[in-house]
Amino acid sequence: MALLEVSGLSKAFGGVLAIQNVSFSVEPGIVYSVIGPNGAGKTTLFNLITGVYPPDVGLVRIAGESVTGLAPHQLARKGVARTFQNLQICANMTAIENVMLGGHLFLDRNLIKSMLHFPSLRRGEFALRESAIELMRYVGLAAYLESEASAMPYGALKRLEIARALAARPRILFLDEPAAGFNPVETAEIDDLIRKIADSGVTIVLVEHDMKLVMNISDRILVLNYGEKLAEGAAREVRRNPDVIAAYLGKAA
Amino acid sequence: MKSPHSGLLFLGLILLALPLLLPNAFYFDIANRMAINAIVVLGLNLVIGFAGQISLGHAGFFGIGAYASAILPTHFSWPPVAAILAGAIGAALLAYAIAPPIFRLRGHYLAMATLGLGVVISIVLKNEAVYTGGPDGMAVPPLSLFGLEPVGEKQWYWLFAAVLLFSVWACQNLIDSPFGRALRALHGSEIASQMAGVDVARYKLAIFVLSAFFASIMGSLTAQYVGFITPNVADFFHSIELVTMVVVGGMASVYGSLVGAVLLTALPQALVTFEGWETVAFGAILMLSMIFMPRGLVPTFAAKLGRRR
Amino acid sequence: MLSQLLQFIFSGITVGATYALAALGFTLIYNASNVINFAQGEFIMLGGMLTVFFLKSGLPLSAALVLAVAIPACVGVLVEKFAIEPAKGADTVSLIIITIGASLVLRGLMQIWQGKSPAVFPAFSGDLPISIAGAALAPQSLWVLGGSVVIVLALWLFFSRTLAGKAILATSADSLAAQLVGVNTQWVLMESFALSAAIGAIGGILLTPITMTSYDVGIMLGLKGFVAAVVGGLGTGLGAVAGGLLVGLIEALTAGYISSAYKDAAPFILIFIILFFMPRGLFGGKSTERV
Repeated sequence: MALLEVSGLSKAFGGVLAIQNVSFSVEPGIVYSVIGPNGAGKTTLFNLITGVYPPDVGLVRIAGESVTGLAPHQLARKGVARTFQNLQICANMTAIENVMLGGHLFLDRNLIKSMLHFPSLRRGEFALRESAIELMRYVGLAAYLESEASAMPYGALKRLEIARALAARPRILFLDEPAAGFNPVETAEIDDLIRKIADSGVTIVLVEHDMKLVMNISDRILVLNYGEKLAEGAAREVRRNPDVIAAYLGKAA
Repeated sequence: MKSPHSGLLFLGLILLALPLLLPNAFYFDIANRMAINAIVVLGLNLVIGFAGQISLGHAGFFGIGAYASAILPTHFSWPPVAAILAGAIGAALLAYAIAPPIFRLRGHYLAMATLGLGVVISIVLKNEAVYTGGPDGMAVPPLSLFGLEPVGEKQWYWLFAAVLLFSVWACQNLIDSPFGRALRALHGSEIASQMAGVDVARYKLAIFVLSAFFASIMGSLTAQYVGFITPNVADFFHSIELVTMVVVGGMASVYGSLVGAVLLTALPQALVTFEGWETVAFGAILMLSMIFMPRGLVPTFAAKLGRRR
Repeated sequence: MLSQLLQFIFSGITVGATYALAALGFTLIYNASNVINFAQGEFIMLGGMLTVFFLKSGLPLSAALVLAVAIPACVGVLVEKFAIEPAKGADTVSLIIITIGASLVLRGLMQIWQGKSPAVFPAFSGDLPISIAGAALAPQSLWVLGGSVVIVLALWLFFSRTLAGKAILATSADSLAAQLVGVNTQWVLMESFALSAAIGAIGGILLTPITMTSYDVGIMLGLKGFVAAVVGGLGTGLGAVAGGLLVGLIEALTAGYISSAYKDAAPFILIFIILFFMPRGLFGGKSTERV
């Protein structure tokens, strides 16, 4: 059964039809990329699926269960995690606290118990901190274990977001332009990291502009153009699709 | 990890040592008022500093507690402790009811809504003279806790010191807990914390209700301590005083709340004969503080000394 | 019955006109700088109090009026220079707190200078009420309404016909773009504050013969003016005027039909209701949220 099923998704903002009748499905364990020219609606699609705003029409299902229109914090409980195109880091916290935030749902969050410093809470905190440290090492941020988030460079923050998302132990991880602003070396490093995550069994849905990264890493690709599905299929097929080439390079006169 | 216990220990020692240094009841009174403000400000700082919201009407909750401890025993023969609890629950319920629609607002609209809340409470207290004694205020029956009745500034001092110590401890625990982290995260990035599973609306609600609860309790205790209250305890200026203490002492800083409360409680005492000057001084402090030290005294100095918080 | 209703309506739109002027002041500054100037109420207070002072000092009415508008305008510029400019780029909470601080300073200084007692000066065309359909309309009310209409028209002309006015509009739409085409946004900011203060002061002057003035009238007038601006949808002149009149009417009707003790609470209850159902006010306003 597909892990993620999207059917007939549409969303308009005022008069602009940002997403029009988009349907696709993602099998568990693969890397699924969404590409398209600027303005094609890729981030809007992400936002619709991850609950930032509800679709006008259409259905989203995770492991068969309808999650259409659920708020982000509800989707988190269904095993959905994501990173953001425009970094959403909590600059008022340390790096490790940002990662620990990802593990929020695994801990006791009772207000009274928190104020009274229950021992069970302290143990949970300690365990979460340990796993956050491990995650930071996993994504290559061992150098920043003691850092404030506000003191970290852009590249490190992109990885921090990934660590935070992984802390939620998601079934499906949405990465919104994880290599944005990276030079080829950094892009290759992110490529390796994403592979590592995919190999560990997490299903990944990816929005990316860097074609080399996308072709290297994706099992299947969805191409969007002007909010509509232009093509979908295995990576090799999509790259040869004439419509896709035309959309990116412009049609011959 | 940092040790919160050292700070707490230090505070405890100061509180124990202080009575030896204070010469007479007048100074105990000032210390008591500092403690009262500190506890209210701790709660308010959770809302403003940690959760990043605005509350310009917090004195309203304080006033609810104050008048509950006056009206219920006076007109309805309730025991004082029950009155304190009733006031706190009432304030909490009001906060609970009004928070969901209010926190959908942002920025100036949120400020306006909280301000309006405080003003309306203040007007009600002023007008329902049959119960509240109107603008001239009313007397408050003393507190009796299981047969014990604190009498005099010194006895009240021990009560307030204990409550303060407990509040600081509870606050620090809260901030370092998953709940507290979610709170700080929603200030940092609401959407990121939502994706991590934080129901932002519920957290804002919870912290608002909690701070209303504590403001009310302190209002009740203050009323019983002073023995007399007027509707001024709930007015806009009092709300601004509280916000000033948060802002000057340090937003999102537990010890900042204490510093802010101590400094700005002492100030009116120093200016007690210069009424208009007190207003000017508060205004000037607010402006200068926000312009030159937007993070507040304690965080600014802590950063300079290279320590966190 | 009808005459009573008419009476309430008259007093409602009279005070509503002052709220409208205050609301226009808020809107002007908000548009130019995204700041809600909590000190706006104090400009209203300054207008009335300064007029009283100058008249008592023996100046003729015309001179007193000119000074009572010009001085608040200068104070407005001072507030901009010393409170807003140093805090460039601060967040909403900080800016709100700074302007609250400025309002405290202004109010405190007035308290020290002139004391706490209320003051008044005679109405401009006497006190003989005009009778309309059984309701009494004070002549000063006509001054308030007339003055407000003149100001609103003048502002409309200013913004649509003059270069200075358009510069302000440009800055409010996009400050950076305005700078790039040569608009001196520093000047625009100062102008907005000066204009806002002047408008508020005029409102305060016109209203004083009816309601008296004192060092602390600024608080309530300012707050209600702010409510009016928010009701109207923070950012549109039309909204400000509509909001002001609406708030004034609701207040007067509450005082008349429900309880005069609660008339001050009415605007705030109104704001709750409006914000809950229309978070952007009656006429919408800038949408600043972007996910």
